[in-house]
Amino acid sequence: MGKLVMTDTSLGSLSRRGFFVVSTATGIAFGLPVPVRAANDPAAKSGLPPKFQGPVFEPTLWFTVDGNGMVTIHVIRAEMGQHVGTALARILADELEVQWDKVRILHVDSDSKWGTMVTGGSWSVWQSFPPFSRAGAAGRLALIEQGAKLLEVEPAACTARNGIVTAGAKSISYGDIVKKGALDRRFSPEELAKLPIKPVTERRLIGKLVTALDVPNKINGTAVYGIDAKVPGIVFARPIIPPTRNGSVVTSVDDSAARSVKGYIKTITLDDPSNTVPGWVMVIAESYPAADRAAERVKVTWKAGPTAKVSEADVQTHGAALIAKASGGSLVETGGGDTIAALKAAKTTIEASYTTATVLHFALEPLNALAFEKDGVFEIHTGNQWQSLILPTLAKALARPEASIVMRTYMLGGGFGRRLNGDYAIPAALAAKAMGRPVKMILTREDDSRFDSPRSPSIQSLKMGFDDKGAVIGMEHHAAAGWPTEVMVPGFMPKGTNGVSYDPFAISGADHWYEVGALKVRALSNDLANATFRPGWLRSVGPGWTNWALESFIDEAASHLKLDPVAFRLKLLTGAGRNAGKSPDSEGGALRQANVVRLAAERAGWGKPLPPDTALGIATSFGQERAMPTWVACVARVNIARATGIVKVEKLTIVTDAGTIIAPDSARAQTEGAALWGLSMALHEGTEFVNGEVKDTNLASYFPLRIKNVPMLDIHFVESSEVPVGLGEPATTVVGPAIGNAIFAATGARLRHIPITPEAVRKALL
Amino acid sequence: MTTFRLNGLVVTPDAEPDTPLLWVIRDQPGLTGTKFGCGIGMCGVCTVHLGGKAIRSCITPLSAVAGADVVTIEGLDPANNHPLQRAWLSLQVPQCGYCQSGQIMQAADLLTRFPNPTDQDIDAVMAGNLCRCMTYPRIRAAIHLAAKTMKAKA
Repeated sequence: MGKLVMTDTSLGSLSRRGFFVVSTATGIAFGLPVPVRAANDPAAKSGLPPKFQGPVFEPTLWFTVDGNGMVTIHVIRAEMGQHVGTALARILADELEVQWDKVRILHVDSDSKWGTMVTGGSWSVWQSFPPFSRAGAAGRLALIEQGAKLLEVEPAACTARNGIVTAGAKSISYGDIVKKGALDRRFSPEELAKLPIKPVTERRLIGKLVTALDVPNKINGTAVYGIDAKVPGIVFARPIIPPTRNGSVVTSVDDSAARSVKGYIKTITLDDPSNTVPGWVMVIAESYPAADRAAERVKVTWKAGPTAKVSEADVQTHGAALIAKASGGSLVETGGGDTIAALKAAKTTIEASYTTATVLHFALEPLNALAFEKDGVFEIHTGNQWQSLILPTLAKALARPEASIVMRTYMLGGGFGRRLNGDYAIPAALAAKAMGRPVKMILTREDDSRFDSPRSPSIQSLKMGFDDKGAVIGMEHHAAAGWPTEVMVPGFMPKGTNGVSYDPFAISGADHWYEVGALKVRALSNDLANATFRPGWLRSVGPGWTNWALESFIDEAASHLKLDPVAFRLKLLTGAGRNAGKSPDSEGGALRQANVVRLAAERAGWGKPLPPDTALGIATSFGQERAMPTWVACVARVNIARATGIVKVEKLTIVTDAGTIIAPDSARAQTEGAALWGLSMALHEGTEFVNGEVKDTNLASYFPLRIKNVPMLDIHFVESSEVPVGLGEPATTVVGPAIGNAIFAATGARLRHIPITPEAVRKALL
Repeated sequence: MTTFRLNGLVVTPDAEPDTPLLWVIRDQPGLTGTKFGCGIGMCGVCTVHLGGKAIRSCITPLSAVAGADVVTIEGLDPANNHPLQRAWLSLQVPQCGYCQSGQIMQAADLLTRFPNPTDQDIDAVMAGNLCRCMTYPRIRAAIHLAAKTMKAKA
């Protein structure tokens, strides 16, 4: 895992900051200009980057300015609907003082010079803001210096605005400065770190509305996704995938019935030195329909892996057993305290268990990849969120150096975390190697679901103790689930306070900002889940289940104390001690969380009378992690039809404090999408493992949210000039518990499993 | 051999008659704006117009369009400037964008049948088009906006 292990050893433990340090350590240092090998411009026809005009000035790795003053910004993040390139370009262009219509973006190909390439965790803006601001500032300074020389004035006499350096009556454009050449200003990393960033009042692009650069091509059919990638001489592959994710061995392949299919070429059993896709068979043909048709006629038998009989209930029963055992698991840093003593001393205690079902990513673009070797380089053309993670595996699978493999990243027809795990690149690469020609692999929808890295089912047990005055004096949160990071990047797991490693993405959220006295958070890896499937990072990952448990449980505690759920939360969000927050990322701490709770309650009309069987429920969260909190609160207004058990969500009120908002409309769009994902997972979608595989593989039985179930949305952002943090995920996790809490408020029935089905509601109402 | 009109041009693709129209459109003329999603006609990303009506091209065999008029997102408007496309742009509907060709083609059919659609009309007709990014609130708003501009022109 070359690069990834480096992160672990150089930084001690995983922090999201870790990614940042690594990427900027290699990325920000000014070097000699290196031409971008190939890249994708989402605003250009077919994604082909336009040619530069005249000489090119590349003051940093992150952008170039050409002789026409055109600024090309290099984006290492994948575009999957967040309009990320636009947001990042706005940050850089603002500091560079260039007009927006002179800016274009390039989604670059994988190259070690970019540092770690990952798009996930709601990190992109937060991580890129400091280096991109400074890169822009550095470019501005260099252009002012050179412009001053050309204008024969002192740099101090110059200002830069709209791509023009001006000194009194004299001025020169960035393009003309570049055209005259001889730009060789370099900044050391130390100089860069000291570069001042403009004051908030001088921002001209950040925080203003803009049409995202990737949008126009997405409404006329010309945006190019991985599935659209093509090269001459291509053949197509449809895989036949084995009955278990791990450990299946092919015992026979019979393609006799496929040979009559026009365009059928052959069937290959993959030999995979990386063991990423054991038991995979690839049916190759001249066209995809032919590969599809032929695959239906190829008969394959396997010796299935050891998890061929595992069910969802087996996984959850195993998780429950892990929790029941007092030993085992990793203790997450929470400030400590003796919870056993606190719970023993408590006047009253409550305890509850919560579960969540398996969830599919179901990105609408089925997994696919195009692979071929050209001029000694193996090229992988696909949509991917974590190039740096799969490159070492590709190197192992292809038995060639990582430096001779390049990934070209296309538009993603949905990411949601599925494409963080680039395992689908491996079978395409192996087939291309075996065929000696370009192979384009496309999964069917059903295989995309079977080969998903789904959100693991989870089981959690929570306890809380209160003193005789009703103050919370201790809390425990035990959570068992499949751990994506343990399966795919074990080197990224930090150690808990007991020395045991844990998957931070699978437990984050339980280490909350409430003042509860002694707090114990125990994270347990469900090894049966890990063996049965490859657990995935799915939009929000762990907070998707930890917040379901935590925010339902906080409501149960309020009810136990006969307190209003909003008032109880505000009482616990004191902002004292370790919950005071740290400058700059969590400045204000829990008091900012209290603020969004208060605002959401106000906007939603908390406490006002409502019709029968209709009520409000609240939930709140700090987003993805304590080091990068996005403060969010949601109030759900819900109506329950008692006879049928059908829950109708009438309105979601969401208030978010994400610090500085870079691109307001994209921020809103991300919040809309995240909230509706949360609704979808709370009421509509979910599957289960049966005989080692997910039961629901297509839309006849898997039901993501449709337009008819979309409630009214009231989305509000707190105005702020604090550090910009993430927005892709945080609103996802508050919706489910807000709905569960509203159902309780309306009916007194407490639901402790998502998705909440009408059957479960009817049963709870009995 | 099956002959049909694709965005106004007569085409005779070299494909088996049972080949799904989707792959015929994508592979030979290279019109990749129409997408593959579920393969069973339930997500709507493959939506095109057949004789002016929205159909699912992933479950429509080539043989079924013999002599017919097929229009894809690329042919909806000669300048890519259909009122729906303008509304989609002004409200910035797409996120990942993968389903949007299908959404727009379905919405175009909707507006020919319901020039003044209510939310209920939109929900009923658009319920077959999945958007995994959940751009539904904007799809709904954009259809209303396009209906308004089309009415203003008429």
